Amino acid sequence: MAQSTNMAAAGAKPTEGTRRDFLVLATGAAGVVGLGAVVIPLVSQLAPDAQTVAAGAPIDVDLAPIAEGQAIKLFWRGKLIFVRHRTQKEIDEARAVNVASLKDPQADQARVKEGKAQYLVVYGNCTHLGCIPLGNAPGESKGEFDGWFCPCHGSHYDSSGRIRKGPAPANLPVPPYAFSADTKIKIG
Amino acid sequence: MSGHSSYTPKTGFERWLDARLPIVRLMHDSAVSYPVPRNLNYFWTFGGILMFMLVAQIVTGIILAMHYTPESKMAFNSVEHIMRDVNYGWLLRYLHSNGASMFFVAVYIHIFRGLYYGSYKAPREVLWILGVVIFLLMMATAFMGYVLPWGQMSFWGATVITNLFSALPVVGETIVTFLWGGYSVDNPTLNRFFSLHYLLPFMIFGVVILHVWALHHVGQNNPTGVEVKNVQKETVPFTPYATIKDLFAMVCFIFVFSYFVFYQPNFMGHADNYIPANPAVTPAHIVPEWYFLPFYAILRAIPDKLGGVIAMFAAIAVLAFLPWLDTSKVKSMTYRPVAKVMFWAFVFVCIILGWLGAMPAEEPYVTYSQIFTALYFGYFIGLFVIGLFEKPLAMPTSIADSVLGAMPGGSGSRMASATAAEPHAKG
Repeated sequence: MAQSTNMAAAGAKPTEGTRRDFLVLATGAAGVVGLGAVVIPLVSQLAPDAQTVAAGAPIDVDLAPIAEGQAIKLFWRGKLIFVRHRTQKEIDEARAVNVASLKDPQADQARVKEGKAQYLVVYGNCTHLGCIPLGNAPGESKGEFDGWFCPCHGSHYDSSGRIRKGPAPANLPVPPYAFSADTKIKIG
Repeated sequence: MSGHSSYTPKTGFERWLDARLPIVRLMHDSAVSYPVPRNLNYFWTFGGILMFMLVAQIVTGIILAMHYTPESKMAFNSVEHIMRDVNYGWLLRYLHSNGASMFFVAVYIHIFRGLYYGSYKAPREVLWILGVVIFLLMMATAFMGYVLPWGQMSFWGATVITNLFSALPVVGETIVTFLWGGYSVDNPTLNRFFSLHYLLPFMIFGVVILHVWALHHVGQNNPTGVEVKNVQKETVPFTPYATIKDLFAMVCFIFVFSYFVFYQPNFMGHADNYIPANPAVTPAHIVPEWYFLPFYAILRAIPDKLGGVIAMFAAIAVLAFLPWLDTSKVKSMTYRPVAKVMFWAFVFVCIILGWLGAMPAEEPYVTYSQIFTALYFGYFIGLFVIGLFEKPLAMPTSIADSVLGAMPGGSGSRMASATAAEPHAKG
């Protein structure tokens, strides 16, 4: 009797799907769609929330109080930004380098605004593992290239914020900003 | 090795329960009648010590969570509140923070014991890999726990470790943003780390159950590395023999633990973590907790970001492949003259890497780190090569031989004469 049932089932299969086939497919499809629908919110909640994103509104910075040779730190979107008023010597050093020889080739001219070469604006987190390089305050090590030195893992940045030595893979990135007046910038 | 259950319910209630949920039978078979090799030494007590440490960390941790505030502006002060205001809060926090260190002390001894006696070899490969999984979960848990006080080391440790993932091509930056829940380590990061720090110990507990299950299925290794052949002669019941030995070792371990808690509670911590987190200043010399130092040295040894991250994770992952990297059939290093020397060299390399991890990222430490990183991986290559031609020393044919003193010439100990019926291969 069991044999005849099996034969009947086997015989029915090629011609038309059984109710069980339908249920397996329908349940499977619902499972896949449902799983996908659940994964989206579960993962998406990890991304920066609306409040964090809203905190990234542009900010105005007055550069006038920064004397030549000085640098300041400020925050935008929770990330540290360095603004450095470079000396002529530092600018010359940054421009004398053969760009093609750099680890992350970029001309100094491409990293500052035209006619404002004295102001360098870069993100202040080392591109290696995110520490804050030294070199802003007087007396701090500026590394071997008159820029910044990261004490965590020994990366040296030059006076244009470009990586010159050490494990960091890239230059300190330049945040989006524009001059709104002669000594005023808007970051963001 | 588990064999048949020797449990016999004595009371009517036990019989009633046994027919419905044989939980007493399970406990009896795995913690009372379970046969352990009679020649285990004290290095075999660290499994029990680790179980104790896991429970101790969960208990103190749950209590600390009742007084702690996972909010970036309040976290640091809430930890100080625990230290100053909560009754015995200082004790609970010091037990928990030093407990993490002692947990790693025990796990490193446990791992090196496995390495020395070849506990990773067939049939214990799955048991060993589960151990590596537990080790990884422990590292994740310890890292996230260290972030919670929100001091300078917490903050910058979190920044550096999460930035490891930015080394991955294409998806790296997105992964880091999703880990942070923002554009830098901040309050959302602290919140999720707290949640995960609470979750992971229970995941460890789950994998520990699998680890013990696998252990009890294949049976324990022993200092000779020779498998149990005669359960009657070569094993003793877990209770009382292993139970009391484990408990005695545990008490000794707790003495050491207590010394740190009561006399040197900050010895294994770092003074900078008593400075509240400041995202504008990195401490001049950041170092991870001591138990991460060898891996940190490997990370820094490679002068390339992605390469360093790969080398660091490979240093842990290589352990999981050890059962197949070691080509020798002989388990215990006691009988492996060449591998034994390599093992002690490896212990030395790990200690030196730990020291290098604490040194600043400058010469000559960078070069040393590179040499010792090569030696670290060299151990695993060495085991592969050595196993192919190393000539092992004469091994006892059985545990009974090694324990009951089957001496050449046949003049065994008192007990050996009692087992003379079993023909000895030697003597």
